[in-house]
Amino acid sequence: MDLVLQLLFTGIGIGAVYALVALGFVLIFRATNVVNFAQGEFSMVAAFLMVLLAVDLEWPYWLAFAAALVGMAVLGAVFNLTVYYPLRHRTYLPVIISTIGASIFLANTTLALYGPQPRVLSGWFDNPGFTLGPVYVDNQYLLIIVVTAALVALQYWFFEHTLLGKKLQATSQDKEMASLLGIRVSTMIMITFVYSAVIGGIAGILVAPILFVSIQMGATIALKAFAATIIGGFGDVAGAIIGGLALGVIETFGAAYVSVPYKDGFAFLVLVAFLIFRPQGIFGERVAEKA
Amino acid sequence: MSTAATTLVPARPKGRLGLAAYAAFAALVVALAVGVPTNGYVLNILMQAATFSIVVFGLTVVLGLCGQINLAQAAFFGFGAYAVGLGTTDWGGPFWLWLAVGMVLATAMGALLGASTLRLGGHYLAMVTISFQQIVTLVLINWLPVTKGPDGVGNIPRPAPFLEAHVYLGLCVAILAVVGYLVWRLPDTKLGRAMRAIRDNELAASVAGIDAYKVKVTAFAISALLGGLGGGLFAGGFAYISPDQFSFAESVIFLTMVLLGGVASPIGAVIGTSLLILIPEWLRFLKSIPGLYLAIYGAAVILIVLFMPDGIYGFVRARLERWRRPVARPGNAAALTLSGGGSAGAGTVLELSALAKHFGGLKAVDGVDLAIRRGGVHALIGPNGSGKTTTLNVISGLSRATGGQVRLDGRDITQLPAHARTQAGLGRTFQNIRLWRSMTALENVMIGAERPGSAVANDAAALEERARAALAFVGLDGRADEPIARFSYGHQRAIEIARALAADPTLLLLDEPGAGLNSTEKVELRDLLRRISARGLTILIIDHDMTLVSEVAEHITVLNFGRRIADGYSADVLKHPDVVAAYLGTAPDAPA
Repeated sequence: MDLVLQLLFTGIGIGAVYALVALGFVLIFRATNVVNFAQGEFSMVAAFLMVLLAVDLEWPYWLAFAAALVGMAVLGAVFNLTVYYPLRHRTYLPVIISTIGASIFLANTTLALYGPQPRVLSGWFDNPGFTLGPVYVDNQYLLIIVVTAALVALQYWFFEHTLLGKKLQATSQDKEMASLLGIRVSTMIMITFVYSAVIGGIAGILVAPILFVSIQMGATIALKAFAATIIGGFGDVAGAIIGGLALGVIETFGAAYVSVPYKDGFAFLVLVAFLIFRPQGIFGERVAEKA
Repeated sequence: MSTAATTLVPARPKGRLGLAAYAAFAALVVALAVGVPTNGYVLNILMQAATFSIVVFGLTVVLGLCGQINLAQAAFFGFGAYAVGLGTTDWGGPFWLWLAVGMVLATAMGALLGASTLRLGGHYLAMVTISFQQIVTLVLINWLPVTKGPDGVGNIPRPAPFLEAHVYLGLCVAILAVVGYLVWRLPDTKLGRAMRAIRDNELAASVAGIDAYKVKVTAFAISALLGGLGGGLFAGGFAYISPDQFSFAESVIFLTMVLLGGVASPIGAVIGTSLLILIPEWLRFLKSIPGLYLAIYGAAVILIVLFMPDGIYGFVRARLERWRRPVARPGNAAALTLSGGGSAGAGTVLELSALAKHFGGLKAVDGVDLAIRRGGVHALIGPNGSGKTTTLNVISGLSRATGGQVRLDGRDITQLPAHARTQAGLGRTFQNIRLWRSMTALENVMIGAERPGSAVANDAAALEERARAALAFVGLDGRADEPIARFSYGHQRAIEIARALAADPTLLLLDEPGAGLNSTEKVELRDLLRRISARGLTILIIDHDMTLVSEVAEHITVLNFGRRIADGYSADVLKHPDVVAAYLGTAPDAPA
């Protein structure tokens, strides 16, 4: 029983990272109707930026963190202008291929700059954790859970209670109508990409001390986050969060009770099971095409 | 992928002469491969180019023709290679047996993967194939007792008469030539046309009677099959295989190859494959920095998609295409037989009983009864939002009925998917034109004529003749071989009608055929509808143009708020007070 509680805590912690990246997926999907296959690379690039600033250049942790997020905002903007925006009037396939190209470009440029050796990034706290009853609470996991919860709450407030949030919602629901109402659709899409890159970056920086900082981490996280969005129901914000948490828990238990080397395979099995038996996910994707 | 901007109508070798020339050329290349002495380095490059090209043909089929993405081609490549590698060394047995096993295995996995995913949108397929690719790599590395893990498999033998490397290269080139020919011809077969229709507009493909899901799974399985074939040959060619040759990075390289060369043609696949094998050899220094080389590929993918979506071969073809004038071949409008579903005379063609379609709380169609008698034009009218198009979508199977029944010729079709309803005898056009834009008018109409069960579906000559006749019937005689983009809006509407007519439907559903037409085009449309009706085909038309409706329809049904408010002969219905009220509003009550 103690082990179960411990695994549950760990699973929710890692699941919160998937949820954050999944949130980035969903926001871009809702704004542009395409899946950004480079979403995971945002996390990877941010983790490497942290390694560069906090480890190699020895900046204070908080300053490196802030600078890395500014860097992610710039990356999100450049990404939009080069990878998505020129293709916005084409069908989804060229856009998907373009984001896949970007993902390969980002991962391998990082590889060329940093080499294949994984790097280590220390956590935010010097104190590793504490014991709470039967569970050892790792501070980094706790931080991930708290930050994710705070970001989700902030995002909810932003979308539901600010004018900019409403404009973003309008854009994602009907671009044509939104532009007729005087909303600058291109600006809204730009904001979406910048924001997605930043939360992807936060996820990457938070998870980096748990995993190694490696070139592969982007693809791995993206895959899990994508599976999370399908479990939750594509395009659904609450679904992405619950899907992410569920996947983190499933995976942690799978690794503990079934197999460690195939840990990354569980996400795929869950993904395929959902595709076959409940493709609309827990909350259901709104799919419709006008005749 | 979508190539709406440039319309390519590749001139494929027609008839025996073209095939003979191709065979002679292929034989010459095979002879050169076997006969010309080359050193090991050049031989390896050629061997790689030949086997990789076969693998990339798979992407030509699934991505180029069918518009579905496959990011696990290296995994299927691996199935073929490991079947041959492990089979011939560890388990014993002939090379050919294991080559076949690898191909079957790859095809089965491809079909399975496609079957689980292809009902859903394209982004699912991309992610699922990436995941599958990762799993296969995990298994290849970790399942030591069987795959030998990261060490790989060595000393893979070649089959008997092809032991010598140059002879084996000749074998690979010969297989490449045969497969290349088949892939080249594929777009002009029934399956190939169905794939292209799905790529251009999947909804229209379903409505034309194509089982889109089945065709997509088939395309995906063919792609996996070619991956397996290439992999088996690769294993024999290089005698050593290891997991990193079948990783996600390799899938990306295959994708870059097909995009660079041109996704729509096997010629593009060969060009792209050869270039991406040669260029890294010329630029060897790039390989000294790990990652640089793939980073360039990633950037190249974005640039190709942005600036050269049809690849090198597509670019060249488009330039050549300008100089080619299509030969105008006439069609015979009189030869277009419209059986109207067989036995003419009285009887009900279409019957809706208590048909309902609700979107959440909104009752778009709310218990509509309707009977359409055979022969003549029946109009369904109503103000905006009255449920006309929804009714049409429920009839043709694009949306599922919440309740009630649809019967065509007495047969209950309420539960059938769209393509099966077309096979049962429904034909329809769309409010916003849905033609396959990378094809010619003739090809569009041929796919219509190809409806399963139609008399001409299995006879290429009769099929083309019927398609030309249908185009002549709608007034586009002599322009059949032009791409869709060259036709005016009104003519595109006519092509859509021709496509539906070519299938020889029992009932023709027209969704606002007059929308966006000018007055001359409207007169032409009216005459066309009269000509169709004169041949005995029943038409159900939705339109807002009351002049058009009253001129062609004998019978009118009026909907408002999802309910039927009037039904009867045109002249009576248009005077009905409820109808007048629905269109013009009610007169205010006289003061008491």
